[in-house]
Amino acid sequence: MRFELMQLYAEYAACLDDGRFDDWPKLFTEDCHYRIVPRENHDRGLPLATVDLIGRGMLLDRVYAARSTLFHAPYYQRHIIGAARVTADTTEGIAAETNYLVIRTKRDLPSEVFNAGRYLDRIVRTPDGLRFESKLCVFDSELIPNSIIYPI
Amino acid sequence: MGAPNTTPIWEHAGWSRVPARIYTDPEIYQRELDRIFYGPHWSYVGLEVELAGPGSFKRTQIGERSVIMVENRDGEINVLENRCAHRGMRFCQERTGTVKTLVCPYHQWTYNHDGKLLGVPFKNGVKGKGGMPADFELSDRGLTKLRVARRHGVVFATFDAATEGFEDYVGPDVLRYFDRTFDGRALVLHGYSRQRIPGNWKLMMENIKDPYHPGLLHTWFVNYGLWRADNKSELVMDAHGRHACMVSRRSETVDAEVTHGVTSFRANMKLNDTSLLDIVHEPWWGTPTVCMTTIFPSVILQQQVNSLSTRQIIPVGPDKFDFVWTHFGFAADSPEMQARRMRQANLFGPAGLVSADDGEVIEMSQDGFTQDQEFSTLCELGGTTVENTDHMVTETLIRGMYRYWREVIGL
Repeated sequence: MRFELMQLYAEYAACLDDGRFDDWPKLFTEDCHYRIVPRENHDRGLPLATVDLIGRGMLLDRVYAARSTLFHAPYYQRHIIGAARVTADTTEGIAAETNYLVIRTKRDLPSEVFNAGRYLDRIVRTPDGLRFESKLCVFDSELIPNSIIYPI
Repeated sequence: MGAPNTTPIWEHAGWSRVPARIYTDPEIYQRELDRIFYGPHWSYVGLEVELAGPGSFKRTQIGERSVIMVENRDGEINVLENRCAHRGMRFCQERTGTVKTLVCPYHQWTYNHDGKLLGVPFKNGVKGKGGMPADFELSDRGLTKLRVARRHGVVFATFDAATEGFEDYVGPDVLRYFDRTFDGRALVLHGYSRQRIPGNWKLMMENIKDPYHPGLLHTWFVNYGLWRADNKSELVMDAHGRHACMVSRRSETVDAEVTHGVTSFRANMKLNDTSLLDIVHEPWWGTPTVCMTTIFPSVILQQQVNSLSTRQIIPVGPDKFDFVWTHFGFAADSPEMQARRMRQANLFGPAGLVSADDGEVIEMSQDGFTQDQEFSTLCELGGTTVENTDHMVTETLIRGMYRYWREVIGL
């Protein structure tokens, strides 16, 4: 299980960092929940998310929007994902907390820390392997450096 | 080397050619802080719902000066400068909290919720030695207390004793739209988004005084009629041209004239999930489905279908500003309405489908101003004059702001 979990996170980072955004929704279940939330809102129990997608359809729409509708300066992402801390492991699935760091590299500019936080994930076993049932990205970064276009 | 440059910074008459240097020059920026943010203007501080009873506070900024909005024991709201009267410390570091008194940890000078200095350690010396001079008075050394205006749950403050009353400041035409959202109903705080945009603060004011771009830059607005040149709309300013409302009604059908040649229009765009566009008309809207209000210089009030926010502008030097979104709803909202507001929030904020790219274009404009300071922008859509209109194919609101700005800054 541990190996499969590592493999899931490695694949997650790889598809985002390679710009294979069509592969990103495939790592989620059909009725998944994906949210990017400032730590401030999370800690205070405030409902606002920076990105809040319910169901794989909305994930696909976000990928389309990021690529085809949102004008932005192009950039690479590099995800550094820490070791998963499994907080529950039952027949229903796995709960895991994992630190992450996303480095952004814009054209002509040095790389910079873009977003730092932790994933709070629920992961289930499916016939295709482990998949995210919910993924909550709680970020510490107090100020988003202008904008977030791609998934974290 | 050579002769000093004697060309005036703003060489064109009128307000439709804006010189690059007013976005980049540190001296002009300092004049803006002094005359606009610290001068006779009301700045946004927050919503009353952000406070939770006596002693609760929220720290924020007006211009580059840190201030604390705090509720006292009588339920009054004070706005105090976050700077100890002793050695100038910005002593309050938490963003929110509840305190019995405000204490500067350096030498424990202690203030009450009204900013009054309650006491200082060793005032009378120790064993008859040292201490404050005989003419030291606690009452002379309070925190700077700003004037406060509260209207229907929204809090503004000003450093200047001469600022006119808030209602006169906003003016009746814009106040009518302010009251459309804030009519005294109890609000609910939904949360914050914060971004730092590498551009001059005025570019964000211009962005929400520019009804030309949304139907061109923002695919989602074009495709779903949320903001488009064929929408029935009106542009309204106060008498000075500094504040403005862009008011419009959503089009359900697409007029070929406004999508022809518009590269952001996607005729074949098909969403997998349309719940983002599950728009429910709220009775208080009346006819308009969107109203974007700029209260100069510090805040934008957003009602775009079911999504509501205040967007605060905090300048950080001439070439960047922090942009703080506070999303809210009404205490009377059903759980479904709250969920809808949160879903539609995907359109807005630093990752928003129709606002992430506003930050991006502002950054690129700033880059353009930096590379050639002799450049002037062209804001002549709809002419060179300043007037309210019943359409959105005009840059009149930007001209209105600069007419006022030139007067205040003296350029």
